[in-house]
Amino acid sequence: MTTPTPAARKVVVVSAGLSQPSSTRLLADRLASAVVAAGASRGVAVELEAVELRDRAHDLANALVTGFPAGDLRAAVDTVGSADAVVAVTPVFTASYSGLFKSFVDVLDPESLVGVPVLVAATAGTARHSLVLEHAMRPLFSYLRAVVVPTGVYAASEDWGVGDSAGSALDERIDRAAGELADLLAGLPAAAARRAATVDPYEEPTAFADLLQQHSGQQL
Amino acid sequence: MQFGIFSVGDVTRDPTNDRTPTEAERIKAMVTIAFKAEEVGLDVFATGEHHNPPFVPSSPTTMLGFIAARTERLILSTATTLITTNDPVKIAEDYAMLQHLADGRVDLMMGRGNTAPVYPWFGQDIRNGIPLAIENYHLLHRLWREDVVDWEGRLRTPLQSFTSTPRPLDGVPPFVWHGSIRSPEIAEQAAYYGDGFFANNIFWPKEHFQRLIELYRRRYEHYGHGSADQAIVGLGGQVFMRARSQDAVREFRPYFDVAPVYGHGPSLEEFTAETPLTVGSPQQVIDRYAGMREHFGDYQRQLFLVDHAGLPLKTVLEQLDILGEEVVPVLRKELAAGRPAHVPEAPTHASMKAARNAAAADAPGEGSEAATDGTESGDTAADEVRVEVVTR
Repeated sequence: MTTPTPAARKVVVVSAGLSQPSSTRLLADRLASAVVAAGASRGVAVELEAVELRDRAHDLANALVTGFPAGDLRAAVDTVGSADAVVAVTPVFTASYSGLFKSFVDVLDPESLVGVPVLVAATAGTARHSLVLEHAMRPLFSYLRAVVVPTGVYAASEDWGVGDSAGSALDERIDRAAGELADLLAGLPAAAARRAATVDPYEEPTAFADLLQQHSGQQL
Repeated sequence: MQFGIFSVGDVTRDPTNDRTPTEAERIKAMVTIAFKAEEVGLDVFATGEHHNPPFVPSSPTTMLGFIAARTERLILSTATTLITTNDPVKIAEDYAMLQHLADGRVDLMMGRGNTAPVYPWFGQDIRNGIPLAIENYHLLHRLWREDVVDWEGRLRTPLQSFTSTPRPLDGVPPFVWHGSIRSPEIAEQAAYYGDGFFANNIFWPKEHFQRLIELYRRRYEHYGHGSADQAIVGLGGQVFMRARSQDAVREFRPYFDVAPVYGHGPSLEEFTAETPLTVGSPQQVIDRYAGMREHFGDYQRQLFLVDHAGLPLKTVLEQLDILGEEVVPVLRKELAAGRPAHVPEAPTHASMKAARNAAAADAPGEGSEAATDGTESGDTAADEVRVEVVTR
């Protein structure tokens, strides 16, 4: 490349796998590599950051009780808050995302993913729960006003087999989803620039005269 | 610098003996704690206001009136007065009455209240929390400063030719703090009026409150009440002390572990690292709180929560002895050292009355004299109203 390389885009990979090693982590790593490759083919340098929720389980329980993320969890929340794009991968527990995964989403600033491209993915023992992506993951991120890419990636145990059909189908879905995410990344200004354009109420509060006027219709 | 205590007024089981005080015991314990605060040389007692179990203080002026009758020096305050669900007219009347009975030893801290069902119980809606706080306080502010008020707002029935009685003692309304844990709008409100801002920082890390207080200070200056470092800031805190720090930790941990709000969550060590909770020797408490101004600037009022987590009355009284004898005298000295001369004390009835008189004698309607001692100030529309009234 002869043109100056633009700053790398930060893609945060959130994984809620519990076992060691976990198929959720495995899928997250596959997706991460695919996003880097898809970014490279579009001239977008990708910098990966992994958030492993298993390591934050205790902090998450504390945050539910105290109302604030402490220690390393705060760093994880800040990491997601500064992401250019997010890859979110959860195991399916009892017909939905896992409680650990949802607990993490619950401690995020509800504004932190507005307009952020998100790739949703899930793992489970069977293919029967694959619509979890559509009835749980997608609405969750839609609520947060994230931009969820059309292809969600679901990997059941059988998808990890080496057979021609199953294995290659998973590869295709991973590449397609990563490509969709990279397309969005390539077309968006960097998160830092977008966030800089939003008004921080601590920096620029609504002037009191406006507060009073909207509420009582009275002039000061 | 004022030091005091604030009480939530919760009825909480003592986890070490499984005993839950009755409401009667808790109410009497709260007033006993207030008397003790005066006895050990603290400046302020502030009661919470709640309208649901397990809390007892639903009627703050009844309690504070009783305490006023049996104390001489203690400033009686609230933490907080619900500006959202109380009628501002009734707040104006109740606290002016208390002010007369307590010879001016009264101020208030406005708060919104975060218990959703309390709003409909009083005919309100929590989604209107900020509008209620803004509009109700604006009316309250006028009721204390204008003898006859015509009012029409969005959220309360209109008033025509209404006079709130009794009028504030000496024509000087009680000083008001605005308490908030998260809302920039409330910091803006406190700054606009030149009122105090109390950051109730006891449950969250300091970084959040630094932003809120910085905003309040900056806007206080913007509205012409003085420089940012002259803004009137209050902070919360919670402590548990024994002569030896390991004794404090051993005694307090069973209370901490199951306490309402943070119990069954982080460890005592994690929570003390993240919040102002300090469990240890008096010296550890002194060191921690002497350092607060490094995070928040020189401030005017420090309130401690001591009767929490189901601690028995006897223990709370011992805590107050330690606070009054060993901690606060040292903190007063340490915080006075290096405090710039232009940083004001928290306004009191006496200081506001003196400032008002000085301003009236000097230049009616201008208030420049008052601004120099930082307790009153001059050039917002709201202050002009006040000056007109008091110099009438």
